[in-house]
Amino acid sequence: MGEKVTLKIWRGDAGQGELTDYRVEVNEGEVILDVLHRLQATQAGDLAVRWNCKAGKCGSCSMEINGRPRLACMTRMSTFDPAETITLTPMRTFPVIRDLVTDVSFNYAKAREIPSFTPDPSVKLGEFRMQQIDVNRSQEFRKCIECFLCQDTCHVIRDHPENERAFAGPRFLMRIAELEMHPADTADRREIAQDDFGLGYCNITKCCTEVCPESIKITDNALIPMKERVAGRKYDPLVWLGAKIGRRPRHDTPAVPGGKKS
Amino acid sequence: MTQAVDAPAKSRAQISERTLRKDPWRRAPAVTATLLTIWVAYATVHVFLGRWYWVPQYHYLTPFYSPCISGSCAAGSSSLGQWFGKVPSIVPYAVVSLPFVLGFRLTCYYYRKAYYRAFWRAPAACAVREPHASYSGETRFPLIMQNLHRFFFYVVILISVLNTYDVVQAFRGPNGSFGFGLGTLIMGANVVLLWAYTASCHSCRHITGGRLKHFSKHPVRYRIWTLVSKLNAKHMQLAWTTLGTLMLTDLYILLVASGTISDLRFVN
Repeated sequence: MGEKVTLKIWRGDAGQGELTDYRVEVNEGEVILDVLHRLQATQAGDLAVRWNCKAGKCGSCSMEINGRPRLACMTRMSTFDPAETITLTPMRTFPVIRDLVTDVSFNYAKAREIPSFTPDPSVKLGEFRMQQIDVNRSQEFRKCIECFLCQDTCHVIRDHPENERAFAGPRFLMRIAELEMHPADTADRREIAQDDFGLGYCNITKCCTEVCPESIKITDNALIPMKERVAGRKYDPLVWLGAKIGRRPRHDTPAVPGGKKS
Repeated sequence: MTQAVDAPAKSRAQISERTLRKDPWRRAPAVTATLLTIWVAYATVHVFLGRWYWVPQYHYLTPFYSPCISGSCAAGSSSLGQWFGKVPSIVPYAVVSLPFVLGFRLTCYYYRKAYYRAFWRAPAACAVREPHASYSGETRFPLIMQNLHRFFFYVVILISVLNTYDVVQAFRGPNGSFGFGLGTLIMGANVVLLWAYTASCHSCRHITGGRLKHFSKHPVRYRIWTLVSKLNAKHMQLAWTTLGTLMLTDLYILLVASGTISDLRFVN
């Protein structure tokens, strides 16, 4: 028999709910998700928890543990004081379906708005070759497991839901950066990153990087490089002058459904 | 006949607490705010003091007064000449460089994070509710001006060259021949770190290679980008270290210039 720990879990639905206390057994080597499963099996069979791989790779068990956005399957019980009460709440940025399960469809809607990979049509399938040093840069962004903890912690939408329409969030600005840096992508995504996906709302306070379970340097390697690219396109007086007098070629800017250019 | 039942209207969990974090999240913004306030207060006082910035016998000029272009500057301290006559002390002697140095630091991606968290509290810490009713980030004036960071970077490179020249001048003794003291070493260390901070800037990383789509087609720029990226990973540390070395350099020169201490001379 292991020790017992006190959990304070947000129970409810449709936004109405309260923190409920439970005493649950904990064994050596367990993580928060193990304890939640024991709680479901012994005391609260109706407790809703979304989970899948239990290995930090599916991004399903995102929640807030003692107020910090984390994966339940990657948070070891040994990191807590045995006498500590552990508070578990759903991600605050997304609507609650029930208990610790939230509706993250906002993210899928944003993903669909991003113009897809746009290769040069003159290059036939199978002809394009990419060097490893070019692969490496976007490879980091491909580690994303879409747990949406970065979206949850970003204060732009967490504290200001009214910005949800204008701001795509770090995960999808990173996707735009990935495409913008792709050697075979021909679309110029700099203007839409700023105008339609709200890059300007980001004030680079790096919370997305802090919570990323894949340790992706979202801010330094995606958001700031994207801000610099946007500065080159929109806020560089020489570029502006060159575009005005026709000395600088115009790039193809893809339209975003419902965006400012559509 | 079965009647369709609507799913309950979904909304966020209503949790009244600003945050449920239990770790000491207030500490970092408080320390940042305290250190930045001390530094700004110190620098403001000395920039407008109008004295104890130049040690004529050892050619020590504090970076806060470089280039000294005012007609009020002490003889020998104006490496670029005096551009106008005597002015009231409300005008800094290095009026041509200080706005750019200040602009470079204010628009720096690291300092933005630091002061947004420490002073504006947007947010004070991750997953801690910010106190503002609305938020537009860097989409409007004045914060949209943060996009000018790279232009401050270009000017600061020129100012760093000038600071390097000031260090070279500090390798002269009282009779004009070679010599150096502790002040020279402090100035030298400060300039090396200032170059490192400038080169580690995110705009520098973008300009040198970050803006490319094909690293493989530009191997030299890719190599430079790789080096700048390594420095860039230390940008925060360099930002704080250079604040410290700037203050130390200025304070040392102030103390020597005011006669409070004597310079420790190693040669001449």
